[in-house]
Amino acid sequence: MRSEVVEIRFVLNGKETQVSTAPDRRVVDLLREDLGLTGTKEGCGSGECGACAVLVNGESRLSCLMLAAQLDGKALTTIEGAPEDGRLQALQEAFVRCGAVQCGFCSPGMIIAAADLLGARPDTGREAIREGLSGNLCRCTGYAKIVDAVQAAFEKLQGGPTP
Amino acid sequence: MSQDIPRIGRPFVRPDAASKAAGAEKYAADHYGEGLLWAGAKRAGVAHGRIRAVDIGAAAALPGVVAVLTGRDVPGTNRQGIVHKDQPVLCDDVVRHCGDPVALVLAEDRLVLRKALDLIRLGIEPLPGVFGIDEALLPDAPLVHEGSPNGNILLQAALRKGDAEAALRSSPVVVEGIFEVPFISHAFLETENGVAWQEADGRLVLVVSTQAPFRDRWEIGHALGIPMDRIRIIGPYLGGGFGGKDGATVQCLLALAALHAGGRPVKMWWPREESFLAGYKRHAARMHYRIGASENGELQALDCRLSYDTGAYAHLGGEVMALGMEHASGPYRIPHTRIEGVCVYTNNPIGGAMRGFGVAQVSFAVERMMDRMAARLGIDPLALRRKNALEQGDTNGCCVRLTQSTGIRACLETLQKHPLWRGREAWKAAAGPFKKRGVGMAALWNAMGYGRGLPDSAIAKVELTREGAIRVYNGVSDMGQGNTSALFQIAGEILRQPETRIEGVQPDTERTYPSGSAAAGRTTYTYGNALIQACEELRRRILGWAALMLFADTLDDLELLPERVRYAKAKKEVSLRDIAAMMRDEARVCISQFIMPVAADAPDTGKEFVIGFPHLLFSHAAHLALVEVDELTGAVEVKRYLAATEAGRVLNPQTFEQQVEGAVAQGIGYALSEAVRLEKGRILTPDFATYIIPGALDVPEIVSIAVEAPEATGPFGLKGVGEVGMNGPLPAIANAVSDACGIEPNHAPLTGEKVLALIQGKGAASHAE
Repeated sequence: MRSEVVEIRFVLNGKETQVSTAPDRRVVDLLREDLGLTGTKEGCGSGECGACAVLVNGESRLSCLMLAAQLDGKALTTIEGAPEDGRLQALQEAFVRCGAVQCGFCSPGMIIAAADLLGARPDTGREAIREGLSGNLCRCTGYAKIVDAVQAAFEKLQGGPTP
Repeated sequence: MSQDIPRIGRPFVRPDAASKAAGAEKYAADHYGEGLLWAGAKRAGVAHGRIRAVDIGAAAALPGVVAVLTGRDVPGTNRQGIVHKDQPVLCDDVVRHCGDPVALVLAEDRLVLRKALDLIRLGIEPLPGVFGIDEALLPDAPLVHEGSPNGNILLQAALRKGDAEAALRSSPVVVEGIFEVPFISHAFLETENGVAWQEADGRLVLVVSTQAPFRDRWEIGHALGIPMDRIRIIGPYLGGGFGGKDGATVQCLLALAALHAGGRPVKMWWPREESFLAGYKRHAARMHYRIGASENGELQALDCRLSYDTGAYAHLGGEVMALGMEHASGPYRIPHTRIEGVCVYTNNPIGGAMRGFGVAQVSFAVERMMDRMAARLGIDPLALRRKNALEQGDTNGCCVRLTQSTGIRACLETLQKHPLWRGREAWKAAAGPFKKRGVGMAALWNAMGYGRGLPDSAIAKVELTREGAIRVYNGVSDMGQGNTSALFQIAGEILRQPETRIEGVQPDTERTYPSGSAAAGRTTYTYGNALIQACEELRRRILGWAALMLFADTLDDLELLPERVRYAKAKKEVSLRDIAAMMRDEARVCISQFIMPVAADAPDTGKEFVIGFPHLLFSHAAHLALVEVDELTGAVEVKRYLAATEAGRVLNPQTFEQQVEGAVAQGIGYALSEAVRLEKGRILTPDFATYIIPGALDVPEIVSIAVEAPEATGPFGLKGVGEVGMNGPLPAIANAVSDACGIEPNHAPLTGEKVLALIQGKGAASHAE
């Protein structure tokens, strides 16, 4: 069914990567099905839940709304790239410690969105964090512990107090 | 993973959190496999109709399509359902709701699948449908199930205590109200999905997002005519469930697909829209209440009629209504009750289990009624609730004597002492321009377990591995509630091993034992009790073998420590690894069953309920909502929220809070924004742009206080905490909005539009006076 295949080069979790794929393949499918990176979740397929968020050149993007060709020449970080990314790692640790993970299906996208937030507007206020995460849906936690975790990670990274 | 020993009552970071946060945990949705095929269902798109033709020709001829199946291709009964087997795997004659599956396609990839589904032409002759409770009950209503002896009634029942009619006549104060709630959706982030394949020997294996793996095996076996021992279900961690994955979703379709896949794995993963269309819902309901009280505020009588819309199929409709009826009187002492219920079929989506199973609906009604009664009597709403709160030893509204821990009064007292309650008048007075503030509360209860007639059983298995670690074989799904962490704590507490030496196996019908569904607030209670027995037996065995190896005359001199057993008197130790090496395989494994106790004396009412009535154990809560209403738009904002919860003893403060906060957030959605909007059975809200669940800005900071009342029969005193919190926000918020604006918000959800209309209606009414 796929009429053409193109070569796409990008940096995936710090590694030069080249894939042959249909240019209109959704990035979420490329990651999950072709590259086996299932940490990026799909919750709605229409950009409404945020579960599929990835970092593209350091900014949060929804991989269900992005096509493979758009990756060419970019740096892509998924949740699996956390060990090499201080922001993601600090967020992961805080999510675990603060009880921000329940079913966990929103967690990777939530952590990615929080990493973007930290890069863009490092405001540790709870309202600012809530606003920054308002594009990511969670059905389990009620968000308070997610806000706790993001706040704790922000403060740690900025050298502030840790709970 | 920590070197600490997980202990009961102490904060313990759940063992699944790290792998989930790292994106490493494999949910069912993350399983693919070599040579994967994709399966999808063609849905009816018609709420009620007779299938005249299913033209699969063009779809079957499409390159990349492996098979197109219809009802004729289903071996076995082609019927599924937990209590009533009335739901076709693939409809063969009639479709009863828009999401009914009519054909199943297997394709090489998702693009082909989607195209093939579009190419199937359905010839469905529309039949007149029924789309509401009243409509369904009309004498000449079209029948959702042809030939059904009770028309469109799935179940009708009555609970009686004393003489409610006479008591209402003699009550000096009577209030009356009608309350309505819509269908709502579970909206878990991981939609319904699974992967299935046939082994070389013909056996079926499914990896599926399910709350009831062992029941799935039975459902598939029945519907497809396959012996149960030829089916294996593996149930990894779920990306949310909340009741919506209790019952067959993809299971039978996937198993059928696998039978036509030539041994290749087949994946079915419902897109979000299909999840809204075909997934189970919380039942819509209408509740007509009359409550009578004496002038000093003692409740005298309750008379109510509850009507539940179960949609196209029975699923758990009768059981949901039964639990609603059981809780219809609230956590109150009411000497006379008449609680009538009817659950009807319609051509709407299928109603099923959802957190607060039937109880979330009645909690709205009874708690609104309590506030209205308090207003009529001129009594403080909290005082009225305290005065009538059930206590251990009392008889509840359906004649069951409460012999177990009953903490509703303590929850109310906790709320009463809290600064949010004490400072409420000052807080309300500080509202800004064009804002009205109000404070509302709700007293809640929620039963635990399956109830009489359906043994609530779990069989725990625990092993001392050859490496000397402890492995718990969990038979009950962890959909995110965190039962796995409680099992680690129980094993750690009894066997004294650090977290790094404890392993968990998630449900798998070939490795774990039947332990019931992840439902009814029973998961940790029932499996936990079974696990305690198994761990204690394993502890005795380990010490027994150690005694042989250490030449100890009595087990009393031995101490089980991390990775070893110590014989202090002799200053000797032996490692668990060495003990394990001495033990024969069957000796390293302990298996134990526990069955939840039921009410000793069955009440002389509710005989219509074959299973699921009554219950013995209840968790309790008192909730307080502080809201602000925008007078110009009617928009309601929850500013603060307090939940005081009694669920026996708290095993893990962190997971306890998670359950309370998460339930409150879902309840806020139920209160303010969530409704599956329907037009003649067609869903108008098939995505997150139209079906609005709360986001990070919609849920306030939640204060959660645990009110402990250890339950004698519970594992280390625990009762289930998952459900009770769901029942509070709708009534508490509605009461707060009523308090703020002097209106009667009796239809959920309280959207800005609806609240504004009520405010304007009140203005118009007072203007006319």
